[in-house]
This record gives sequence, C-alpha cells and structure tokens, in this order.
Amino acid sequence: MSALSLAVRDSNTMLRRNLLHVRRYPSMTLNLLLTPIMLLLLFVYVFGDVMSAGIEGGGADRSDYIAYLVPGLLMMTVGSTVIGAAISVSMDMTEGLIARFRTMAVYRGSVLVGHVVGSVLQVLASLVLVGAIAVAIGFRSTDATALEWLAAFGLVALFTLALTWIAVGMGMASPNPEAAGNMATPLILLPLISSAFVPIDAIPGWFQPIAEYQPFTPAIETLRGLLLGTEIGNNGWFAIAWCVGLTALGYRWSTALFNRDPK
Amino acid sequence: MTTTTSRSLAIAAKGLRKVYGDKTVLDGIDLAVPAGTVFSLLGPNGAGKTTAVKILSTLITADAGELHVGGHDLADDPQAVRAVIGVTGQFSAVDGLITGEENMLLMADLHHLSRSEGRRTSAELLERFDLVEAAKKPVSTYSGGMKRRLDIAMTLVGNPRIIFLDEPTTGLDPRSRHNMWQIIRELVADGVTVFLTTQYLEEADELADRIAVLNDGKIAAQGTAGELKRLVPGGHVRLRFTDPAAYQSATVSLREATRDDEALALQIPSDGSQRELRSILDWLDSAGVEADELTVHTPDLDDVFFALTGGAGVPDQSKETVR
Repeated sequence: MSALSLAVRDSNTMLRRNLLHVRRYPSMTLNLLLTPIMLLLLFVYVFGDVMSAGIEGGGADRSDYIAYLVPGLLMMTVGSTVIGAAISVSMDMTEGLIARFRTMAVYRGSVLVGHVVGSVLQVLASLVLVGAIAVAIGFRSTDATALEWLAAFGLVALFTLALTWIAVGMGMASPNPEAAGNMATPLILLPLISSAFVPIDAIPGWFQPIAEYQPFTPAIETLRGLLLGTEIGNNGWFAIAWCVGLTALGYRWSTALFNRDPK
Repeated sequence: MTTTTSRSLAIAAKGLRKVYGDKTVLDGIDLAVPAGTVFSLLGPNGAGKTTAVKILSTLITADAGELHVGGHDLADDPQAVRAVIGVTGQFSAVDGLITGEENMLLMADLHHLSRSEGRRTSAELLERFDLVEAAKKPVSTYSGGMKRRLDIAMTLVGNPRIIFLDEPTTGLDPRSRHNMWQIIRELVADGVTVFLTTQYLEEADELADRIAVLNDGKIAAQGTAGELKRLVPGGHVRLRFTDPAAYQSATVSLREATRDDEALALQIPSDGSQRELRSILDWLDSAGVEADELTVHTPDLDDVFFALTGGAGVPDQSKETVR
C-alpha cells in the first residue's frame, strides 16, 4: 500500500473509533446542543416581540427576529459542538491508549485527523438538528439561489474546520478533560458578544470594535447575507481570513503538541 | 546498515542516556537481548525502568546511545521498529468506552488485517485470554485483571516478534499473576523475545533468561538468576536444637559454625548443592551431632537486590524527604 492510502486507512480507522464513541454516548453531544437550542427558543418566544421591534426594519411581530437570529445561532451551534472535540481529545491524551498508538506502525497524524473529521461530521449533524428546529418555528430563507446555498454550506464547513482545529489544540494543551472543557468555553461565549443576537450598532460604542472583528461576527454576517440577502460587504473576506488563519494556527498548535515527547 | 553484533540481537543498546532537567534518569546503560529470550530489567521504583522501555519502544527519544531493536536503528527508522514490536505499558492502554471485541478489531484494523482475518485473530485471542464472555461488554466494566489480559491480547494482534512488558503483574492478585506468567512462557515458546520490567524478584527469577539490576540510572549487575545469586554470600545450612545440652556439645564439635545461642541454632556456610549437603551430613554423623531440625537457605534474588541497590529502601526514603 502507498503511504497516502495507508494514511487514509489509518485515519479512517481512528474516525470510526471516534464516531463509535459519539454513537455510544450521545448524551455529551446533546448536552452541548442544549445551549443554542435553549437560546433560540428563549429569544424567539420570550424576547421575540421586543427584539423584533428593536432591529432595523423589524415589525412588531417576531418573525423578522427569527430570520435575524437563526444564522447567528447556527454559528453558535458550531462553537458549542466543537467543545466536545476538546474534551474527547484531552480524554484520549490522559489515557494509555494513545501511547499504544504511538508505538504502532500507523500513520502519525491519524489520531488528530480522526478527531477533526469526527468533530466536523458531528457539527454538521448538530446543524441539521438546530436548522430543522429553526424551520419548524418559522425560519425561511428569502430567495437564496442554489449558488448562495452552496456558498453558505462551504462557509459553515470552513468555519467548523477552523474552530475544530482550535478546539483540538485546546484539548491537547489541557491536563485533563475538565480543564479542556473550561478552556473551550470561549467558543460558546464569543457568539453572545457578536452580531448573533443584536446588530453591531445596537452595542455600546466602546465595545463595537471587539464585537465587529472577532471571528463570529463576519462569519454570521456572511451567512446572513447568503441566506437572507442582506449586505455582506467586507465580511466575506474577513470570515475567510479568520477561517484560514484559525485553521492554520490550530493545526500547527495541535501537531506541535502531539509530536512532543509524551511525559 | 546495522552491525553484525546487533543483527543477532533482538535488542541492543550501547550508552543509553536520558536526562530530564538536571536529573539523569539513565546514565549510559548497555543492554543486549538475544532473540527468543526473556530479559528482565529489575529495579526499585524510580530506577528508570519505565523510561528505558519508553525509549526502546519508540515512545520517547534518547539523549544519547546507539540503539537497535529488531535490527533497526531507533533514531533512523522508528517506524520499522514499531512494525516488529508490541508494547504493554504500565497503565492500561485500552479504550474504556467501547467493548473488548471492538478494542481488538480496532487493533486489527490498525495492523491492516483484512476483515475476516481481523475477526479470526480477535476471536482467537479473546478465547485464549478468557475474555469471550466479556467481549461484548464495555471495557470500563472490566476488573483490573481483565483489563490487563485485554491489554496483552491487543498487543499480540499484530503477531509482534519483540514484546515489551512494563510491570505486567503490578496490582494483580496472585492467581492473575500466575496466569500472566503462563502467558509469557507461551510467548517465549513461540520464539518471541520478551523485555520485561518488574519490581518482583520472584518474577524475574521465574521467567527471565537474563536479568539486569537497574539502580539509580545505572546497571548494578547483569547475568542469569544463578550468576546474580552467586554475587552475594548468604547460603547456609541451619541446624536447630531443642535440648540445650545437645546444642552445647554440638558447638564444641562444630567450631566453624556461626552460633545463635538464643535460638539454639548453628549456621554452616553452604551453597546448597547435593554434594555439599551430603558431606555436611556425613560430618555431622561422624561428630555425633543430631539436630532436631535442618534447613537449607540459598541466597535468593532479594538478597542480591538489597545488596546491589543499597539496603532495604531506607536510603530511598531519606532521598524522598529531602526532595
């Protein structure tokens, strides 16, 4: 077998192991999904009318706010689900099994690739679930073309990959799974201070630069533009730059930690 | 290419060195393990046994030393070394979230066995290690002994020719320990080379062809169990008397013997061989001495261990408190 096909085969084996964990213990994934789903229902059914009146062009009826909120919550779902990757990587690293893998003639990168691909698939499944709830409570995309849907899908996939690599790095850097969960908490907090819930100009002025340039806001604004036809502007480029940057950073960080001599 | 000497050896190390910060864990040790034999690295906790295994099994890198495993240079071609070795570390290397059978099939996949071959190997090993009943249960529900057995079974999936076992029986009950010994003997019967670390002298004595005593990062002594035992004095025949008068008359006849007046016992130096015992008995008969109890004491590895590693762990304790 060639080196490439060996790498693919070993990575696939590791991926199947991770998916088996998710299938056996779905409670962790569902727990992580609870926050975005709760916030979606809370902001739509409890605060929806007020929020709707507050956004630009919004009427007294909450349907405008549903449209505004859903792209943000889809991105929040990404941030929330990848925390699982940080925890499971850390769990792996604290056990003897990884030491066994390291002494076997398997493709070195397969452990991390298995985690990353597994996490990306897990996020996509979560997005389908949250998306289905959003549609059920009245979210509709306004005349997005097939190309725009494709671009939206690509953006979400790229964003997921970026956050997953960062989460894997966090898992590698943490001494235990609890610490990994704590370290990855910003991934679910950042959407709260982005344009996910309220537009940037409704945020106090001194805070606007932080909210505007952090990774979530450009990604959310781009997704909003693709699905609802709002103005994208520079956000598309910012979003792609963030995705590429975070992916490169997370990849370098994770592999450097993995290739270090274990204790 | 490897040298001629290291080719006939399964494991060869020259000047193996590892330093953590200012602590020298392995201070230039030499090891030579011929293929198909059991080699035991014996030493107290913290002597560097686990570090040696981690280096020789490619888990961590050495700071210095010419190291060959299975004829491959550890520094140049670790992946070739990995293809011929199997490792069971000190801490169980099993996936607790999935079943025993799934763990086995995971190993089969990583060894690139075909689906049917993987299933067959997995079934055979589960049977051999008495895990058939537990095969479908999550490993997190296994007992310590079962986890150890699964651990070894997983190590054997790729049919490795050189196996590293780092304290394989630590924490096992006596029955599980004897089962593990049996497993190791079967491996050797199949021609596998076993590199074993242990802190149990009895274990090294039972299993190993050659033993190296590691102390404070250095090899204190190396040889067969018999050779090591000959390094320390201590073999003797002990005669015990119940009647003080008989004891007194014996001390007069046997002037060379060491006296133990409290216990009414005499010790005569002896290597414990049949020939020497017979001559002692003849001598006792001719001297008219009749002991109530005669016992033969041969030096065991405990004597060797304590002689070589500096007493019964007392210096170690003082070191602990200084730290």
